[in-house]
Amino acid sequence: MATIAAPLELNKDEILRYSRHLILPEVGMDGQKKLKNAKVLMVGAGGLGAPLGLYLAASGIGRIGIVDFDVVDFTNLQRQVIHGTKDVGKKKLDSAAESMMDINPYLQVDKFDTAITSENALDIIRDYDMVVDGTDNFPTRYLINDACVLLKKPNVYGSIFRFEGQATIYAYPGGPCYRCSYPEPPPPGLVPSCAEGGVLGILPGMIGMMQATEAVKLILGIGEPLVGRLVLYDALAMRFREMKVRRDPECPVCGDHPSIHALIDYHQFCGVPKPQEGQPMEGEKMSGFMSDTEIDVIALRARLDKGDKFQFIDVREPNEYQIASIPGAKLIPLNDVPKRISELDPNTEVIVHCKMGGRSAKACDFLRASGFKNVKNMLGGITAWSDKVDPSVPKY
Amino acid sequence: MAKILIPTPLRQFAEKNDSVELAGSTVAEVMTALTAKFPDLRKQLFNDEGKMRSFVNVYLNDEDIRYLKKDATPVAAADTLSIVPSIAGGSPSIAGGR
Repeated sequence: MATIAAPLELNKDEILRYSRHLILPEVGMDGQKKLKNAKVLMVGAGGLGAPLGLYLAASGIGRIGIVDFDVVDFTNLQRQVIHGTKDVGKKKLDSAAESMMDINPYLQVDKFDTAITSENALDIIRDYDMVVDGTDNFPTRYLINDACVLLKKPNVYGSIFRFEGQATIYAYPGGPCYRCSYPEPPPPGLVPSCAEGGVLGILPGMIGMMQATEAVKLILGIGEPLVGRLVLYDALAMRFREMKVRRDPECPVCGDHPSIHALIDYHQFCGVPKPQEGQPMEGEKMSGFMSDTEIDVIALRARLDKGDKFQFIDVREPNEYQIASIPGAKLIPLNDVPKRISELDPNTEVIVHCKMGGRSAKACDFLRASGFKNVKNMLGGITAWSDKVDPSVPKY
Repeated sequence: MAKILIPTPLRQFAEKNDSVELAGSTVAEVMTALTAKFPDLRKQLFNDEGKMRSFVNVYLNDEDIRYLKKDATPVAAADTLSIVPSIAGGSPSIAGGR
């Protein structure tokens, strides 16, 4: 374990380690001591957490808390550079802490092996000076925002989508909060996840670095913090834009007359089901299952083997079809279903699949609403097919 | 003709365009022209009552129209309107649907 030097004083080794900071007049010995005495909570050790963890550790911040309950898998390695190939299967928490302690043994890492929830958020955040938000979903974004506002802790925010990113500081005294920017989340399913939508691996590096920069500036008290300004980054155009973000006096959490004084149920607020820890994902819970609306991959395979007649539709994108496909499935990307509906017979059975079952469920809803009588969603998508029917089909 | 920048998540509803130039003297007029050109965008941007959804912000240059004159904000030919939705991504998201 790390030896923690007495607070406020740097030892000889630390002076050498931080020499390039110490000779910067804007940091200097006073600034480096501020960093050493700082306590930063990093929520999520994934795409954004990777650069955040590495650079914040290197900078000399004394104490970093990490909240994460996920495990490193191969699809993470394209962007989560705090984890290596040897870490696949390990807890992200342990893998990230190991990388950070290797960079800087003077760091104290506090590990929280849990999802951040309405029940634990205030207790976890309370001990830290600020939060860097590296999470990946709307319920957690709103939860962290509200907790930071209630506790008066700055929330260094970053988020990414495909080739675009956003960064700002919320909940800074006098500044806006996330709800001032976005009073409500998008309806579930409108914005695809990185697993469905993809993300350029370098992108979280860029946005995470902006967050790390702002965290260090806040601690040092130098420069102009990214408060009231939302930076939009477009990797394809290599363009940064800046939008004004204002505190909304009517904001329910940080406004002049707030109506929210405690944390709420953020899954309900965002209209998404609460994740049940340890529960198998849909499609894994049964084998050979078929109902009027759903079929699992085992039952589907059996029907294909028997030579059953039905219309088998793949609603993924053409680039995904190139990676992997199920023989016999016809490609009609989800967005093309409405205009290509005439290619399908509403009176014969239709079975729809995608990558994991989300888009196909939407296609099923659309087909039923369009008068199709017998429509089934293939549970778990081609990922389940690869897991349980044909391992030679690559997963992605 | 004002320029409207369309963000990545909404390009699939706008024939993959990242920007379009449209006529209109107010934000409302430009947005109407936009959804007339790309009808699929309508239900993404507006709720059933025709109100702009609150996870989407519209900026006139760098200013949020909520702090100008909202829909009635005048738009000049040299202006850029940006549609900026909230995004949450990092890793697989429970909000994204499996």
